[in-house]
Amino acid sequence: MNFKTRLGLGILGFFTLIAVVGEWIAPYDPSAMGDDLLSPPSGAHWFGTTMTGQDIFSQVLVGTRGVMVVGLVCGVLATFLSILVGVTAGFLGGAADEALSMLSNVFLVIPALPLIIIVASMLPSADTVLIAAVISLTAWAWGARVLRAQTMSLRRRDFVEAARASGERTWRIIVFEVLPNLTAVIASGFVGTVIFAVMLQITLSFVGVVSLSTWNWGTILFWAQSNQALGQGAWWWFVPAGLCIALLGTALALINFGIDEYANPRLRKVRA
Amino acid sequence: MTFLLRRGLFYLITLWAAITANFLLPRLLPGDPVQAMITKLGGRLNSDAMASLYILFGLDEKKSLWEQYVDYWGTLLRGDLGLSFTFFPTPVADVLSQSLPWTLGLVGVTTVIAFLLGTLLGVYAGWKRGSWLDTLIPVTTFLSSIPYFWLGLIAISVFSVTFPLLPASGGYAAGLVPEFSWEFISSVLEHAVLPGITIVVSSVASWILGMRNMMVTVTAEDYVLVARAKGLSQKRIMFAYAARNAVLPSISGFALSLGFIVGGALLVEMVFSYPGLGYVLFQGIGAKDYPLMQGVFLVITLAVLVANLLADVGYLLLDPRTRREG
Amino acid sequence: MEEVAPAFETALEAKGLVKTYKRVRAVQDVSLVLRRGRVTALVGESGSGKSTVAKLLARLVEPTEGEILLDGRKVRRVREYRRKVQMVFQDPFASLNPVHTIRYHLTRPLKIHKRPETPEELMERVQLPADFLSRYPYELSGGQRQRVAIARALAAHPEVLLADEPVSMLDVSIRLGVLNLLLDLKERLKLAVLYITHDIASARYFADETFVMYGGQIVEGGDSESVTQQPAHPYTQLLIESAPDPERSVVALDAPVEEVAAVSAGCQFAARCPKVQSRCWTDAPPRSDVGAGHWAACWLYVEAAA
Repeated sequence: MNFKTRLGLGILGFFTLIAVVGEWIAPYDPSAMGDDLLSPPSGAHWFGTTMTGQDIFSQVLVGTRGVMVVGLVCGVLATFLSILVGVTAGFLGGAADEALSMLSNVFLVIPALPLIIIVASMLPSADTVLIAAVISLTAWAWGARVLRAQTMSLRRRDFVEAARASGERTWRIIVFEVLPNLTAVIASGFVGTVIFAVMLQITLSFVGVVSLSTWNWGTILFWAQSNQALGQGAWWWFVPAGLCIALLGTALALINFGIDEYANPRLRKVRA
Repeated sequence: MTFLLRRGLFYLITLWAAITANFLLPRLLPGDPVQAMITKLGGRLNSDAMASLYILFGLDEKKSLWEQYVDYWGTLLRGDLGLSFTFFPTPVADVLSQSLPWTLGLVGVTTVIAFLLGTLLGVYAGWKRGSWLDTLIPVTTFLSSIPYFWLGLIAISVFSVTFPLLPASGGYAAGLVPEFSWEFISSVLEHAVLPGITIVVSSVASWILGMRNMMVTVTAEDYVLVARAKGLSQKRIMFAYAARNAVLPSISGFALSLGFIVGGALLVEMVFSYPGLGYVLFQGIGAKDYPLMQGVFLVITLAVLVANLLADVGYLLLDPRTRREG
Repeated sequence: MEEVAPAFETALEAKGLVKTYKRVRAVQDVSLVLRRGRVTALVGESGSGKSTVAKLLARLVEPTEGEILLDGRKVRRVREYRRKVQMVFQDPFASLNPVHTIRYHLTRPLKIHKRPETPEELMERVQLPADFLSRYPYELSGGQRQRVAIARALAAHPEVLLADEPVSMLDVSIRLGVLNLLLDLKERLKLAVLYITHDIASARYFADETFVMYGGQIVEGGDSESVTQQPAHPYTQLLIESAPDPERSVVALDAPVEEVAAVSAGCQFAARCPKVQSRCWTDAPPRSDVGAGHWAACWLYVEAAA
């Protein structure tokens, strides 16, 4: 494991920890209003305060959980869907493949953001898990595409034929012979999906279509934007949450490079 | 030719899927926001406008779903997308036709710039693998992990608030009338700089990375080794042999990720209050203006499909194999 | 040489097999019989259709025409068929799944076909130490892997073993060991073995009966001794001349597939035959007897018989 991958795992571990303990270590109630209005970072408020005197540091800490939960739930759901569609299409071939590939390409080409915005704003209660489910429905297609291509190259390999010749059933061949050989691809698809889901969730919160009753990094930015934090020069209101998003995204991307390099030796560093 | 026909058929199916999703969503999801809105607007709606909203949002429950679907298509084909609640009583189609050119201009130009710039940098980074250029990777990774809209916020705070160099919002200076004059055009360009740079900076990274990895893969291929053995110049090998082959997957990737890029660009428009579809969508969200939101979705989908078709033509021109088949 | 003794009962019989891929006829009208306790060799160069025959007989591919009889009857259920007919693949580096242990590879067929044996017994049968069971394929040499592949095929307790070039990917020094293992297993388990190879010299050593394939058809057949010592078909003669030692392959003879497929009406070999006659181009040659149980599909012998 190289330095980049370790760095990525380290950052991810840090945020996971915050997601678990954030609520307990937060110095203030993130929604409680205080007397210091719109004050810059200080000893009492590390990340400063909002227009109504809420502690931004506490908001970031508490909001981490919502972000990580959506990332994880979407990652699991969408990866499951992409395996189901991609591997089945690649393994079966023929008309089933044509239909399933068409389905994933349609989902890829249709712009997801406006569609999700419409769905999210039509839902009567857009809570975290429901949003995660909706995001998953649009996030599986890329993984399915990659898995299909990989499965097709595995399908004609001799060990698959050999398993058939020894009498294995088709579902067992897919699950126990083909899938284990796709571990790296599936893992990198999972990480990619988590990045996508986190970005989308934060975007939806920022735009204001998701319930604002629970904190996440996107809702912080929503309040910052709707209170003209920019015009008032309150950079501390939107910088911390944005940096957290970028850090988490970078960490996941670094992990993905690690997986890619592991799976594709050509991308490994040239040995001096 | 068969390649383009196949693709064209696929785009038609995609368009059909998008329209059908648009038809089904308000009918499947609980709640009746449009009904509420119509009640609120009450007498200010004429009967024609009322009828089209009923058809678009499935309030006419006496008809079967199939009849509603047929009516829906009829309404769409007449170019009737209903009335916007936000810009009441302007028809959605009119709102969209005013904002579409702004989006096409901004997103179109910046996406092409980002693609060309990113591909070029990626070719170079992949060719010079192992040099200092590799340090670009973590930097670009970080940049691509920043949400478009947040980068826009930072850009505004630095270049409009702290150092007031460029305008922070709008498509042209207030008080100007859209006309073909230098004053107006320069104002448009000035207003496009910040949103444009934001889109380019946050989307260029993925092209650099994708192209670099393809280059690394391609430079290990036999035909590149042979070209080296023949003693051809580095530049020639880099572009005529390696890059030419590496760019093809990048173009198909371009087509497929366009929907994603456009989503990001819409957010940039929201942040900069740029008078394109994204800002219209943003206003629609606030007012729960479903006719407007759905109209934006349809128009964006159509635009993405057309852009995809253009990318296919580009692919066809670059790939000798598909050319011969055609 | 005697006729095939009746003691060797028929295990698998293929009648008029045809396999067409899009426009290419990979296999045209192939009939052959595999008998218990006998090795039948199918010799041909790459592209001759011999591997397709193996896949047809393993029912990995469905024939376009023709039928396969197991113990004299058609078997509808594929699993029942696979209990009796097993296959060993050419490339032992590809035919074992890199993510599974050797034990997994052997346990699965035992479970599928409800056999009482243990993986350890199977390992002993192919002369491998039992402690290899916990290893992964990449930890084994090519010869060892091929033995594992053979053990896996034996797990089902089959009557028929289809061996598709089982030694061609192995080092020359260990080929004989694997072939001898197959011979020994054939004797002990009364297996009917189909040995597919491009190396006609090894067919003489290893097989009781030999068929020669060209362009998707069997052009000559008979007991191995007479086919290899008195080859009748010009193609077989060319094969033997051009491969005097088993190490040299018959690359020189390789023809592009299109050329092979181009001849539709007459003899497939006409374009490359040194003794070609005018009717070879237009009429397919019938089978003619050239010795005891030895036949060739060539016009040269129709003259002689007439």
